[in-house]
Amino acid sequence: MNETFDILTNASLWAAVLRIATPLIFGVLGALLCERAGVLNLGIEGIMTMGAMAGWLAVYWGAGLWTGLLIAALVGLILGLLHALLTVVLGLSQHVSGLGITLFGSSLAYYLYRLWVQVGDLPPTIQPFQPLKIPGLSSLPFFGEAVFSQSAPTYLALALVGVTAWVLNRTPLGLALRMCGENPHAVEAQGLNPIAIRIGAVMVGSGLMALGGAFLTMAAFNSFFPTMVQGRGWICIALVIFASWRPGKALLGALLFALFDAFQLRLQTSVSGVPYQLFLMAPYVLSIVALILVARRARVPEALMQPYRRGER
Amino acid sequence: MRFERRQDVSLPALAIAPFAAVAVTLVLCAGLIAMAGVNPPTAYAQMLKGAFGSRLAITETLTRAVPLMLTGLAAAVAFRARLWNIGGEGQFYIGALVTAGLGHNLLSGLPMPLAIAVLMAASMAAGAVLLVVPALMRLRFGIDEVVTTLLLNFIVILFVGLMVEGPLKDPMAFGWPQSVPVAAGLRLPDLVPRSRLHVGLIIAVVVAALVWLLQARTVFGAETRAAGLNPRAAAFAGVPLTATLVKVAALSGGLAALAGTIEVLGPTGYVTTTMSPGFGYAGIVVAMLAALHPMGVVAAAIFVATVFVGADSMSRATGVPSFIADVIVSVSFLTMLTALLFTTYRLRR
Repeated sequence: MNETFDILTNASLWAAVLRIATPLIFGVLGALLCERAGVLNLGIEGIMTMGAMAGWLAVYWGAGLWTGLLIAALVGLILGLLHALLTVVLGLSQHVSGLGITLFGSSLAYYLYRLWVQVGDLPPTIQPFQPLKIPGLSSLPFFGEAVFSQSAPTYLALALVGVTAWVLNRTPLGLALRMCGENPHAVEAQGLNPIAIRIGAVMVGSGLMALGGAFLTMAAFNSFFPTMVQGRGWICIALVIFASWRPGKALLGALLFALFDAFQLRLQTSVSGVPYQLFLMAPYVLSIVALILVARRARVPEALMQPYRRGER
Repeated sequence: MRFERRQDVSLPALAIAPFAAVAVTLVLCAGLIAMAGVNPPTAYAQMLKGAFGSRLAITETLTRAVPLMLTGLAAAVAFRARLWNIGGEGQFYIGALVTAGLGHNLLSGLPMPLAIAVLMAASMAAGAVLLVVPALMRLRFGIDEVVTTLLLNFIVILFVGLMVEGPLKDPMAFGWPQSVPVAAGLRLPDLVPRSRLHVGLIIAVVVAALVWLLQARTVFGAETRAAGLNPRAAAFAGVPLTATLVKVAALSGGLAALAGTIEVLGPTGYVTTTMSPGFGYAGIVVAMLAALHPMGVVAAAIFVATVFVGADSMSRATGVPSFIADVIVSVSFLTMLTALLFTTYRLRR
């Protein structure tokens, strides 16, 4: 018990929580935007992989870190457009198309990486984002280390939670987007184009997912390797449900999840005799348990996964 | 320009769809091959030669196709009922693990065919559980089975790692994390001497034919189709939806687990955490390329195996990264998806 207390009161644990949560925050916001507009985006795992590869590669080739993030986001937009063409324009099954995007995004990322990067004994590295100490605040006891000494993309992710919530709930665009997810026919009746709004939402959402992937190679680590996304995208999809499709709750879910993850990493080193696989399994088990707990209360967008075709009901 | 639903599914379009999809895919991927500085037709010719150019190559391709046929059937059976089983990878591993665990020495008293039947039944039961639980979670709580089956894949593979480094670790493997081997007497006999091709190929084709019969000639098959096409109408017509979906889940999970069983009884003999190069996920592509038809799965599995085996050999010869195989397979999945749309819809200006 003492051990648990020591781990929980250590500021480095909370710093790790924010770091682990960052890719999840980007991913869950992206998935949430797509789903609030009525499109399930299971391409997330592949989009994150492509984002991780593209952002890293840009920096490896000499671009600045922020340019790298921008390129990652652009790649996300393009993959999002592909998913939107298949599901919104052609009206194909969102489940199946999303899986296709994931298979395509991951395999293309691995292919291009092998094609363009000489991998020796160790994967090549870049100089990643460094902790950005906020002047004044970073010298606070505990919070200074835990919250105000993160890398810049972490602050960006936290800010985006507020921006997303504001756009969704307080702007006409957000209203139209949510209406696309609840009743696209009503959007059409308002003289707006639900197809265009859905395409836009899926593209922006996918751009955010790609940023989540890019954080992995450009801030959390400094190199790219296959399978590095490790199911984080699927966890984001589970977190959206856990968050009942709300940005604020999504942040909370991502933080809770990251706390659990950071905690098990530390337990792994302090508890002996338990196979390490059990610790690694815990986040995935936790996601399933969370789904069971909230599933009954979840408010699913009414038109989620229903393709919209003009003149067809 | 807009889409208009066809009166009936166009059969000629359905027959052409996979070939059109593959042709478009090869054209699209030619660009990627050219980026590696290799002439695409040369690369494709190398791939064909690598997959079919010698007796060894042909047997390797067919060996690779066997697990793909079974994971492809697993996906096809589930998708037909709109049960999105993405857990084929986990079910494959659980089948492999059960086979190695029970087949090492527990069944030594039984005659070989009976022992193999017991192994298959036990593995299929384990695989069935891995899908019935997510199916029930969808039916009871409305939880999307895509998410749960995907998350279960990670859990199962970690569990396999735990077992092959712990209770089932092979002490004779010089510290490599691999499971104890199945008893030599339980290994499936070779189909072609001096190759890895084993009678699992025949088993897989027979299973495909059985699934076809099941779907085309039984009440269960009709109920699955009805449940997949329009669940509400099916319920009105008296189809027991819950029972049908649970049965479909058990069959689908069992088929993917059977792939793991046969892989262990056939070419490998033991379990490692890297024994599947994504057989479960590739099975989804196989099912889609086959337009979910069980006999089409056999052909689609051979195609996907051709791409993987051929790309390995082409990669060694030309230096194009072998990941091109995964790209070709995933692009053909997306093009097939689009092609299938035109079997039910047509363009109207």
